[in-house]
Amino acid sequence: MSARRTVGRRLLVAVPVLAATSMGMFALGAASPYDPAEQYAGAAAFTATDENLAQLRANWGVDDPLPVQYWRWITNLVQGDLGWSITRHEPVTSVIAARAGWTLLLVGAALALVLVASLLLGTVAAYRRGGWLDRGLRAAAYAVEAMPVFWLALAAITVFALVLGWFPAGGLTDIAADGVHAGDVAHHLILPITVLAVSQAPWFLLFVRDSVADSLRDDHVLAARGRGLPGRTVLFGHALRTALLPFLTLIGTHLPELVGGAVLVETVFSLPGLGAVTVQAALGSDFPLLAAITLVTTAVVLTANLLTDLAYTAADPRVRLDG
Amino acid sequence: MRVTFHRLTAAAALVLAVTACSATPQAQDSNGGTIVVATAGEPDTLNPVLNYGVDGASLIFDGLVARDGRNELTPALAAALPDVSADGRTVTVKLRDGVVFHDGTPFTSADVVFTYRAVLDPKVDSTLRSDLDMLDAVEAPDASTVVFRLRYAYAPFLQRLTLGIVPATALQGQDINKSGFNRKPIGTGPYQVESWTAGDRLVLTANDRYFAGKPANRRVVVAFVADDNIRAQRTRAGEFDAAELAPKLAAGLGTVTGFTVHKVPTADYRGVMLPFGNPVTGDLAVRKALNTGVDRKAMVDGVLGGAGEPAYSPIPPTSAFADATVTGKPGADTATATGLLDAVGWVPGADGIRVKGGQKAAFTIMYPASDSLRKELALAVTADAKKLGIQVTPEGLTWDAITPRMKTDALVMGWGSPYDPDFVSYKLFGSKFAGEGYFNLGLYKSAETDKALQDGRDQADPAKRKDAYSRFQRQLAADVPWVFLTYLQHTYVVRSTVKGVQPRVEAHEHDVANSLWWNLHTWTKG
Repeated sequence: MSARRTVGRRLLVAVPVLAATSMGMFALGAASPYDPAEQYAGAAAFTATDENLAQLRANWGVDDPLPVQYWRWITNLVQGDLGWSITRHEPVTSVIAARAGWTLLLVGAALALVLVASLLLGTVAAYRRGGWLDRGLRAAAYAVEAMPVFWLALAAITVFALVLGWFPAGGLTDIAADGVHAGDVAHHLILPITVLAVSQAPWFLLFVRDSVADSLRDDHVLAARGRGLPGRTVLFGHALRTALLPFLTLIGTHLPELVGGAVLVETVFSLPGLGAVTVQAALGSDFPLLAAITLVTTAVVLTANLLTDLAYTAADPRVRLDG
Repeated sequence: MRVTFHRLTAAAALVLAVTACSATPQAQDSNGGTIVVATAGEPDTLNPVLNYGVDGASLIFDGLVARDGRNELTPALAAALPDVSADGRTVTVKLRDGVVFHDGTPFTSADVVFTYRAVLDPKVDSTLRSDLDMLDAVEAPDASTVVFRLRYAYAPFLQRLTLGIVPATALQGQDINKSGFNRKPIGTGPYQVESWTAGDRLVLTANDRYFAGKPANRRVVVAFVADDNIRAQRTRAGEFDAAELAPKLAAGLGTVTGFTVHKVPTADYRGVMLPFGNPVTGDLAVRKALNTGVDRKAMVDGVLGGAGEPAYSPIPPTSAFADATVTGKPGADTATATGLLDAVGWVPGADGIRVKGGQKAAFTIMYPASDSLRKELALAVTADAKKLGIQVTPEGLTWDAITPRMKTDALVMGWGSPYDPDFVSYKLFGSKFAGEGYFNLGLYKSAETDKALQDGRDQADPAKRKDAYSRFQRQLAADVPWVFLTYLQHTYVVRSTVKGVQPRVEAHEHDVANSLWWNLHTWTKG
């Protein structure tokens, strides 16, 4: 009952948030010093006449006043038309449809890997506090935290693609492949997913390790131990469970960083995801595409926050959602 | 197509489980009919009307004319080189018989008329209109003849007929800007488009009905890898048969057996534009001193890693129009340069910087911050100028910050076309383009230069044109509106088993079209 009301309320809040975000995008677009016609022309901007470029701007209506442009965009949006991407020469919907899946797959798989690995390793490290595994993991985690993700990616390519030759150095499928095959794609995605997961894992791993270590000293865990329950039951059934709650919040707040990392990983591994087009759209003053990507990202973050909160109530009966 | 020893290493390392379960499908492992090339330059569209492969060699399309290995015009979709009327304003083209588009429709004069009219249509978002300013009308008196009517005689007009011809039937009545054709086009060229995954690859298959004969290979994959280092690493991993790489990365692969490095000359120059509106760079002695005092050889060796040559004029030495007398010393001639400054009263001040009439010999050289090559050239000029007692402040900026300052601050620029001296120079150095767009930024005005450039495009006679461009080059050398620094070489790494590579002088613009693989349909792989 309360969950349903929460969802409804959040959806109501989402509308003004999305509207404000898109207006912000358009305001930034108007403030941008870049001329979309010059960006569109690329190198030809240096040989194109002023008259030629002015004609392009007139064709697109980008010299219209900002409210006019925004109104046009909103009315089209309501009719399900996200507009035309100037940089990609495609409808915005097909740019996103063709690419969002790969980004989602990359982020989703990396997140799953991070969660499983950090929960498992973090808990074991906490249990054997001060042991070689604990010390080794912590040292590694701090080291990885200090490494930029693109550097990790290049290092991984050097080691696993060039020296060992286990995985391809980039791309989504074998360069001469005659189509998209699941096995081929999996083989190509192992390295990028692992790199993205490794780059994000330290925060999760250290968090799990610390909170499990703390909860191992909690009264109810000590009581469980006192009652003579087996070590594994106490560790995973009692200590980890308590530690899980703040962990959910961490996932929610860390999601944008994961998406940011995905952009870099996609670039290094030449993956056709949303990352590269986002950069291209920003550089090319392609506001229909930027606005749509921003909207989608905002919607994903809002949804993730909502799911985190719902999961919170499910996991901890003490938490009551607003209303 | 992964190299065998990689497989073996993988086996030895007991990761068979991983590789085996993924069972990488590899097309055509046996016959080697696939050629894979890699480039950073991914086109925005594959429609010639919207600026794809306008200089020909686009793999997918043909123009009325094409260029051979020496960049000489040869007939392509035209049956013979077009006929130009005595007044230079009517160009008649007889078309080749029996050519069909990839979809089977026959090629006729209607397609040529459609293509050129689309470029001229203001509703079509084409930047080519700027290059076809002279074109008044295009007509088709019959199915195999096209007539171009020009507003004024324009000597290099045939060079503009390399533009790929699109089929009228596939585009008629559509909004060309938004047509699906732009991503999956139909042409007459040696290859047809199988698929294009933006940001990843373009897959082409042989067009067996190609008018110049069946392509020697069945399939072509153009991989788009924007980052230089990643492209080098993937080349090293054996993914590509040919790849364009930065000179230093290419040199690194040149030592790996199985690869050959090609250094390809270009008409792509880099130089410093010196604005006449600045009190220091506006002084002829300062411009001349800089021109003599920069060390072009050091720039070629140090900044370009040897992949380039000194530049003294906007017409490359490989061009038939190059004037051999317009040249200089590759190294810095500091003594002559300081002599020029001394002679007109630029005397060193207390800090070593020269002063004349209260004006300090100091100015700014801007460069686009994201272009590391131009940055290094700006730094090299700064160091050379310091030895002359001229203080240069290099400043890396974005184009929006550069644009408002172009009339008063110097700028590292680059351009150049190997096809005709009129193409870039007419607008870059003509006084009527002073201050327009990115053309004559420094507001250079010379009646002699204007006359020479105008003669170059008005005169049809090659000897008279050559004379006009000699006058143009000598006048530029006298006025020094730019200090030309270097011509670049494009560097490619090609698998040694590939046969048929024939480098030709390249333009600034090169991607899928017009790169080392301009004649890819004749390449074979052993």
